This record gives sequence, structure tokens and C-alpha cells, in this order.
Amino acid sequence: MKTFKLGGVHPEENKISAGKAIEVLPLPAKVCIPVSQSLGAPSKVVVEKGAMVKTGQIIAKGESFISSNVHSSVAGKVTKIDDVIDTSGYKRQAVYIDVEGDEWEEGIDRSPEIIHDIVSDRDTIIRKINEMGVVGLGGATFPSHVKLMVPDGKKAEYLLINGVECEPYLTSDHRLMLERGEEMVIGVKILMKALGVGKAFIGIEKNKQDAIVHLNVICSKHPGVEVVPLKVKYPQGGEKQLIKAVLNREVPSGKLPIEVGCVVNNVGTALAVYEAVQKNKPLIDRVVTVTGKSVAKPSNLLVRIGTPVSALVEFAGGLPEDAGKVISGGPMMGKALTSMDVPVVKGTSGILIMQGAESKRAAALNCIRCGRCITACPMGLEPVLLAQLSENQLFERAEKERIMDCIECGSCHFTCPAGRPLLDYLRLGKNKTGILIRNRGKK
Amino acid sequence: MNLLTVSGSPHVHTHQSVKSIMYGVVIALIPAIFVSLYFFGIDAARVIFISVAACLFFEWVIQKYLIKGPVTINDGSALVTGVLLAFNVPSNLPWWILVIGALVSIGIGKMSFGGLGKNPFNPALVGRVFLLISFPVQMTSWPLPKGLFGTGLTDAITGPTTLGVLKEGLSAGKTVQEIMASPDFPGYINDLMGAQGGSLGEISAIALLLGAVYMLSRKIITWHIPTAYIGSAVIFSGILWLVDPSHYIDPAMHLLAGGMILGVFYMATDMVSSPMTARGQIVFGIGAGLLTIMIRVWGAYPEGVSFAILIMNAFTPLINNAFKPKRFGEVVKNG
Repeated sequence: MKTFKLGGVHPEENKISAGKAIEVLPLPAKVCIPVSQSLGAPSKVVVEKGAMVKTGQIIAKGESFISSNVHSSVAGKVTKIDDVIDTSGYKRQAVYIDVEGDEWEEGIDRSPEIIHDIVSDRDTIIRKINEMGVVGLGGATFPSHVKLMVPDGKKAEYLLINGVECEPYLTSDHRLMLERGEEMVIGVKILMKALGVGKAFIGIEKNKQDAIVHLNVICSKHPGVEVVPLKVKYPQGGEKQLIKAVLNREVPSGKLPIEVGCVVNNVGTALAVYEAVQKNKPLIDRVVTVTGKSVAKPSNLLVRIGTPVSALVEFAGGLPEDAGKVISGGPMMGKALTSMDVPVVKGTSGILIMQGAESKRAAALNCIRCGRCITACPMGLEPVLLAQLSENQLFERAEKERIMDCIECGSCHFTCPAGRPLLDYLRLGKNKTGILIRNRGKK
Repeated sequence: MNLLTVSGSPHVHTHQSVKSIMYGVVIALIPAIFVSLYFFGIDAARVIFISVAACLFFEWVIQKYLIKGPVTINDGSALVTGVLLAFNVPSNLPWWILVIGALVSIGIGKMSFGGLGKNPFNPALVGRVFLLISFPVQMTSWPLPKGLFGTGLTDAITGPTTLGVLKEGLSAGKTVQEIMASPDFPGYINDLMGAQGGSLGEISAIALLLGAVYMLSRKIITWHIPTAYIGSAVIFSGILWLVDPSHYIDPAMHLLAGGMILGVFYMATDMVSSPMTARGQIVFGIGAGLLTIMIRVWGAYPEGVSFAILIMNAFTPLINNAFKPKRFGEVVKNG
């Protein structure tokens, strides 16, 4: 069975919520929708305080090439336009809406009927994906239409669909493949049409055997789309690792997947593409896993963007007594939240509540030079050295040792027997080295 | 409401810790401890106890009263050093020499560099080599263990090791075949099982291998250093043996005699003093294998494992620098 070769670790899977069907979270009373929900430039707010909005109505416009539209996920009244601290811990501009009813914008097809025929041409597909605010739902939230516009001189050969979900605990993509597989595969076909490629691979780790079987059945009706079962190994969901695992191609350092003829999209993104193109539905909701060892009712919820995290946790049985940490995302790359009022955004794949005992880091000991971080690094870097260089502020040397290749997967810190916060140092080093590189470009 | 922790990712951690690694090594050494007790009796217990106690004591004293920092004697590393030092000395070594060995191991070998993780050399080997040079007589008078199926207890009879017999015989002008035919030569089976003269822990290859399998299966050590070490030693000594079997012993005897197995699996693999990348570890192993055979064959000492590993320890920083891991997406330079 296929997997990537270099590095990787095997954290406990803990897919507690894997057997829970997707439930629709009831509408919250209020939402708070940050207007920059994608990589790139922030979007411009186009509604005013006091305005009445409908579900699916555009509330912020992406104005530069790499930016994305944001739509209202509910119907109601805009109460204020103010800052909010989002999952990343930074302040972002957001539109606050009090929910009144649930009247949808006209033209959105809300029927459960699946539309198989893809009538839109390439340009229409890309325009719709752009208009409907579709971004990468794997976590990086890169605007999807940008990925479909292959730069001159490059050619897309393969579309890779990421159904790996290598993060422990998270099951939202797993449930989505099981319950919305048909629509997702149509989304894949749409992406293939936009890219002009004849072949797509859906990479799924073998711990989701039911999803592999289910999608195999669906794909048999869709020539050109193939399921590739993968051996379980973190971080296989990293796009460079996925390409290596499926096609045995290596994206060169500092380059994008298109360099080796690949475009990678998450399964959630494929579903959002289906909804945008076939149903005219903007990206206003997503599947979020709410889980944790002490969570009373681990769930997979279909949540409107902007819903406060507290509403999700309440639905899953409330914050457990022994909660020590609330994480947006999985335990390997997720961000610890500073508040339960943080809104769900397009990049929120899960809410993980960790027990108190496992929430705190053990004290860091001396490095015993065991080299486990080097063995674990999927990018072939030396985290121990890079951490040292960052600590000593030797960023030029760090650049030479390829610190910018770090994908921040956390395998180094995970595997360190001395409990050294390697990734903390690497993040710092990447940040400073990045500034160094940018300043050099200005001269 | 209870306060929540906020920290950077990752939020989960492997179960392996410095402590579990160190105690894993101790567990792996248990079969060899039993073999040493079987062959050397109460003397073995005495040496191991004094060595371990002295190592722990010096670590505690130095950390508490000289460094005035946190005391980490329960992390298992001083325990490993203590057992390994005991394994590297004869069973009749006077207690005060052992204590000096422990002081050198822990004090000079480890603490003077800043404690666990900072030491460039394997602490137990530093202590062992210091004793070998300072007390050559006591360090090389080996009590002969009772034979494998013998009944007599170890007594005052001392004799040379397998490699010592060979070195002496060869320098007296005998051939390897003549030496091996003599009655006081232990032979392959005794070397494998442990019925030979030698340091406490090096005598039984099979007990040491048992522990090595345990360490490999628990991923405490990797295959790189042992394989490269044994491979290069076997190939190098094999070439010599093929060229002139009357002057050079065969590779199997090289492996079973002396401290080869102990050194290969328990000391060369010391993670602190060996290279960190797989490529570097292979280079390290090859170098140690070559040096071991060279010292054994052409050096003044019959045994070369300790020196070979210490010399390669000194090269470790250079090896770390020269042998980088294979980078992902390495751009091949054109032209």
C-alpha cells in the first residue's frame, strides 16, 4: 500500500466520532462572520450596520486576485461591524448579525436533488467558484479559483483529492465522503473540467475502509476518478506528502504542486465546488467535528459559518468538567483557543476538547541528540539544528538549512523524548527568516 | 469556569521519554547481568552495585552542590552509565578503583560538559579508558569464570581474555591455529555463551544480543550503527583473514571475543555521542568497525572497541555537519 517515504509519525488516531452521522446544528441566535476567511488580501465589507441580509447574500467582496468573497450564513439584521479575535488569535474585521428567520437569497437551489450533468464551461466554473467564496477547506483556506488558473508555461496533469484526514480525532471529511460522496465526486468532475485534466485520484488512508469502499462504488460510474488507498501515516494530508504518496513525485523546495503537474484539493472543497457550480450555493456552512475523550456526545455537525464555538460545544453535551484545552482543528496542527466565543470559519475542521491532564506540556529537558526529530521530519530537515539556529538568531544559516521548507506539521515536537518545543522555535525562525528574505528583495 | 491552557501545536506527544529510553536500556542489560552473576557470582553483584551507587552519588553531589541546579538522578542515565562501567571492568576490581572510575565517568565524562545530552563522549567509556590507562594491572587481570557446565566457584585464578591470549601468542611468534589449539583458549561456544575471561558484561554475546533485539523492537536504538559497525568489522577482518589465516583470526572470533557486541549495541549506539542522521550513523559505524579491527590487529592493546568508539565520538560533530539527511524536494543544480 502506498505512502510517502520520508519521515512521518503515528500518533494515536482517536477517531471517536467516526461513527456519528452528520447532524445539522440548529441556527444560532447570533453569528459573527470574519471578512477575511482566506489566504491573501482581506475582503471589503459591502453591507452596513442595520441592514437586513438574507442567507447566502454577499457581505464582503474579495477585490484582489488572491482573496475571496464572504457571504452571510444566516438571515437577519447586521448589528455591527467590528473586530473579533479569530481562531488564529489575531483581531479581524467581522460582520455581526442577529438571526431572524432563515430566508435564502434567490437563485440558490436548496433541493436535495443531485444534479449530475455539468453544463457550465471552464470560465463559468471558475467564475462561480470565485463568486461563491469557495476556499480550500483542508485548513489553509487558499482561494479555490486561483488554484484552477494554471500559470502560463505550466500544465496540470492530475487532480489530487485529499481525503486523507491524517489528523487524529477529526472525522468531518470521513463523514462527508460517506454521506455526500456522490455530490463530492461530481465536484471532482467539475474541478477536472476546469483544469482540463483527464485523471483524478482521491487519496484516503486505510483507517477509513468504509469510505474507500463507498467511493470506489461511486467512482466506478465516473471514469477518470480513482480512489487510492494509503497506509496510515501522519502528515500524509500535507499536499507535498500526498503527491509523493500517490504519484511518487516530489514538489521541489519552495515550489507549488503545479510544478509537478498536480493540483490538490480537499474533499470538503470538492463538495463546496459542487454546491457552488451546480446549486449556486455560496460557501456558508461546513462540516465540523466536535470531539474529545471527555466530550459527552462527540458529533459531526453541519454548521453555519460564524456560529460561535460555544454553540457547537453545547450541542455536544457542554464543556466537560475536566476540560483543559479547546483546540480549533486537530491535535497536531490545531490552534488552542483563547475564548469559546470564537466563530467557526471556513477553515474550521474540528473542535477538539482535551482533558486537563493531557493539556499541559511536560517540562523540556536537555536534548539528548537522539535524532528522532530528524527521522520524523517529512521534509528531511534537521529540526534540532533549526531550533538551535533560531534560538541563537542565526537566521541566514537557518535559511541555508532550508527552514522555509518546514510545513509546521509538528512531527518533531511530537516525537521528541525530551519534550523540547522544537516547532515553537521553528515557527519563530521561519517568521524571522521570512522577514529577512523579504527585506532582501526590497533592496 | 476552569481556565484553559493555550499553547502552540502539536498538542499530543509520543509516549517515549528520556526516562523510558534510559530504563529501556537497563532492561535490555538484564540478561547480561544475570550471565555475569552466573559466571562471576557475588563479585559481579559487588562490582555492579558499587559502580551504580557511585555513579548516582556523584551525579547527585555534583548537581546539588557544584552546579546547584535540578537533580536528575532518576532519569536513568546515571544508572545506565553505572551498569555499563561495571560491565567494562574485571569482576575482581578493587572498590576504590571502581569509585574513581565512576567519578571520572560522571564528573569528567558527563557533568563537566553540562550534563546529559551535552557530553561529546560516552561517559562509561571515558571512565573505562581512564582506568585502563591509570591501573593497567588491575584492569587486565581477568578472573576466569567457572566453565559453562562447571561447578567450581570463581576464585583467585586469573588469566587473559580470548583476545589477550591471541595477542600474546602472536607476538611470541605462534600462528593462530597453534594458539586456538591450546587448552586455555576458550573457543567459539564459550565465547558465545560467556565462559571466557573478560570484563563483567562483555563475556556472553548471546545475552547481549537478546537485549539488543529488545532495544531494536522498542525502537530505543536503530539498526544503522550496529549493522555498519559489524559489517565493516567483518569485511575488514575477513579480508585480513583470507590473506593470511595464520596471523589473523576469522571474523566470527572477532565478533564473539572481547567487547565487540557490548560496544556495538550498547555504547556505539549511545544517542548523545553518536551522529543524528541515518547517513551519519552508518559512517560512524563503519569508522568504528575499521578502527576496532586495526587496534586489535596492529595496536598495542588486545582490545580496541573502547578506543574506536571514543575516537568516532570525537568525529560525531563533523559527521553531523557533513552528512545531512535527504531533503524533500531537493533541487538538483543544473550545469
